[in-house]
Amino acid sequence: MNFKKLNIENKKIRDLIPQAITVLALLSAIIYFATNAQINMGNRGISFGFGFLNQEASFDITFSMIEYDGSHSYGRAFLVGLLNTILVSAIGIFFATIMGVIVGISRLSDNYLIAKVAEWYVEIFRNIPLILQIFFWYFAALRALPLPENAISFYDISFLTIKGWYVPKFVWANFNIFLLSVIAAFIAIYFINSYATKQREQFGKQIPSTIISLATLIFIPLTTFLFLGVSLTFEYPVLKQLSPTVFTYAGGVSIIPELIALALALSMYTATFIAENVRAGILGVGKGQKEAAASIGLNKNQILKLVVMPQALRIIIPPTTNQYLNLTKNSSLAAAIAYPDIVLVFAGTALMQTGRAIEIISITMLTYLTLSISISIFMNWYNKKMAIKEK
Amino acid sequence: MNLIAKPSKDNIKTYVPIGLFLVSLSFLDVFVNAFFNFNLMGFLPSQLSYFLPLILGYIGFYLIRIEFSGVRSLDILNKNINSNNFNALLTLFTIFIIIKSTPPMLDWFILEANFVGNSKDDCTGDGACWVFIKVWFNRFMYGLYPDSEQWRINTAFLILFTIVGISFFVSEKLKKYFILFLVFVFPFLGIKLISGGSFGLEYVESAAWGGLSLTFIISAFAILFCFPIGVILALGRRSSLPAIKYISIGFIELWRGVPLITVLFMSAVMFPMFLPDGTFIDKLIRVLIAITLFEAAYMAEVVRGGLQALPKGQYEAAKSLGMGYWRMNALIILPQALKLVIPGIANTLLALVKDTPLIFVVGLMELAGMIGLAKTNPKWLGMAMEGYVFAGLVFWVICYAMSRYSQNLERKLSTER
Repeated sequence: MNFKKLNIENKKIRDLIPQAITVLALLSAIIYFATNAQINMGNRGISFGFGFLNQEASFDITFSMIEYDGSHSYGRAFLVGLLNTILVSAIGIFFATIMGVIVGISRLSDNYLIAKVAEWYVEIFRNIPLILQIFFWYFAALRALPLPENAISFYDISFLTIKGWYVPKFVWANFNIFLLSVIAAFIAIYFINSYATKQREQFGKQIPSTIISLATLIFIPLTTFLFLGVSLTFEYPVLKQLSPTVFTYAGGVSIIPELIALALALSMYTATFIAENVRAGILGVGKGQKEAAASIGLNKNQILKLVVMPQALRIIIPPTTNQYLNLTKNSSLAAAIAYPDIVLVFAGTALMQTGRAIEIISITMLTYLTLSISISIFMNWYNKKMAIKEK
Repeated sequence: MNLIAKPSKDNIKTYVPIGLFLVSLSFLDVFVNAFFNFNLMGFLPSQLSYFLPLILGYIGFYLIRIEFSGVRSLDILNKNINSNNFNALLTLFTIFIIIKSTPPMLDWFILEANFVGNSKDDCTGDGACWVFIKVWFNRFMYGLYPDSEQWRINTAFLILFTIVGISFFVSEKLKKYFILFLVFVFPFLGIKLISGGSFGLEYVESAAWGGLSLTFIISAFAILFCFPIGVILALGRRSSLPAIKYISIGFIELWRGVPLITVLFMSAVMFPMFLPDGTFIDKLIRVLIAITLFEAAYMAEVVRGGLQALPKGQYEAAKSLGMGYWRMNALIILPQALKLVIPGIANTLLALVKDTPLIFVVGLMELAGMIGLAKTNPKWLGMAMEGYVFAGLVFWVICYAMSRYSQNLERKLSTER
């Protein structure tokens, strides 16, 4: 009797008990697992530590954006894997966005056929597991491509073969100057746009900022070609005979089929989700908004740019960032077709060689976790910035 | 003068027949070209005959674009596929592509495909070799499960479907018991039946399980467990007790931040290190735990969305009736919150089903894994296309059916608020 009374009257104690139980349970679980791990590692004669990252990796990676061979360290191999993950994610995000926007807008088209085709694209590609799509592109579709000697050629500068896609290589002179000029152009565009916004908000003046920005972006880097000694030449891939029957392409850049299959599948799959976001965003802007904008005399482009898009983007961007995040995490499926991403290189090969399961899996998971959390922090910041400020 | 006039109601009698004739002619040309490989316009220069269908169709669509023609079917046609020049072009391109791609697809799937036989040599046509699917069908469904014991899997699923089927027709009161049986009793009965080891049934180790039945088993168990865990995590995240709140947040964000494949890797290579020496947990169970915890985190976020959407008045009303925390949540809050997020729940469950093929990383082979195994069989090389098209179709049917069912459920349960 007294016990029940005590519990109800003393809210502090009542709140404390479940919390204490949860924390204790969690702590004991952690301690239990940690002791087990220590005993197990002791039995196998390995000690916990990250020193192995400096050891020689002595395995090769088929595709690397930075200089790497077997004599480099495990840390370097990790970096190669991470860069490959970022590369395929960036390509996937780029194409998924373009396709998603096109499909999303097509679903709202007043052309019945286009709307239906877009709808079926979404229904088909969304409902097939991504891993099957990757397998399909890699094991079925890309394996049907011709051998190097019968390559599908695009105007003789780029060749598609079963061994990959060979494209011309950019050979730059004074690339740094060019890069600086592009950065300078972006800074200039930022100032032009903020000036245009100010003019619009204070005096109602419309400055064609898009055209000016585009001109700046083309004009400033172009001048470096003319005056500052920047030059760009192309190194084309050429067919080379290795033996009487074996041909290959030399020169240029080779894009491996694993990368093509992965990028294709990731972008086609994620595009369906982005398309749904875009559709929801555009539908989410009330009809009254467009009518109101038209009634104060804005033309069709102005309505789209000043009234519909800012509101639609507010609905579209948060879930789309989430999809970008999903795409990045899904790029880990690369391991299934041996594209050397962080999971295959680090959690696969490196783990097999060193046997350091705990360290390696933790590093891999932490990498993804850092990526996710930084994107969600950015998203929260963006949400706060874009939220409607009620007066 | 009359000939170049804008199409309008006045010249409808001349323009519409000409327009329709031109449009049909352009479709006919493409159709004959695609199906019979014969170029109707072959007598023209090759450049022209290539673009002619497009030009004819475009002019035809222009001629029949008459606003308020008074003919109902023409108005509907114009509104839907021919509202302006750009739309007419899009329509033409779409129809041309559909016509052009039909014959090769038809050839590959049916006309040139092989259905008879039982080895790769029987596949002589250019199309798909469905013999591959036929021969391996048993393996694709049951994995490496012994042939003589497969009736056990069939029985388990048959019982499941029968109970689900009956429960649609019985009264509400009985339905409750059926659902309780399905959730609390049947899963363990079913798994006992499939794994065997007692009642005179031969023991079949989980490494031999596979194929589509394994997809169903894993999906069913993961759905069963991830739902309650997700609800508890969501409640935990909304709790006013700081320790529970932050532990829940940490747990949810940890799982949501990493890809499933690393979680499965963890369950395969890292988890055994955390167990006392000599203990061994079955691979299937480890995978099941990993998938369940992973999806529970996503489920928690979906349920949290529903909890947040409920007006505060619901909580206050429940409390003012003297309900405690658990009664309030079970009777007032959750029924409403869960109904709000049915689409989200369905999407999470769909994602779960679509994630099951990933178990290949730990060496378990469901449908996609079995196809990977079959296509590397020396007698059946080069069958990747057939295998993955088949697997894609199977998964598509399952996922599409699930998403349609969730849409129906949402409509059925929606109440005016």
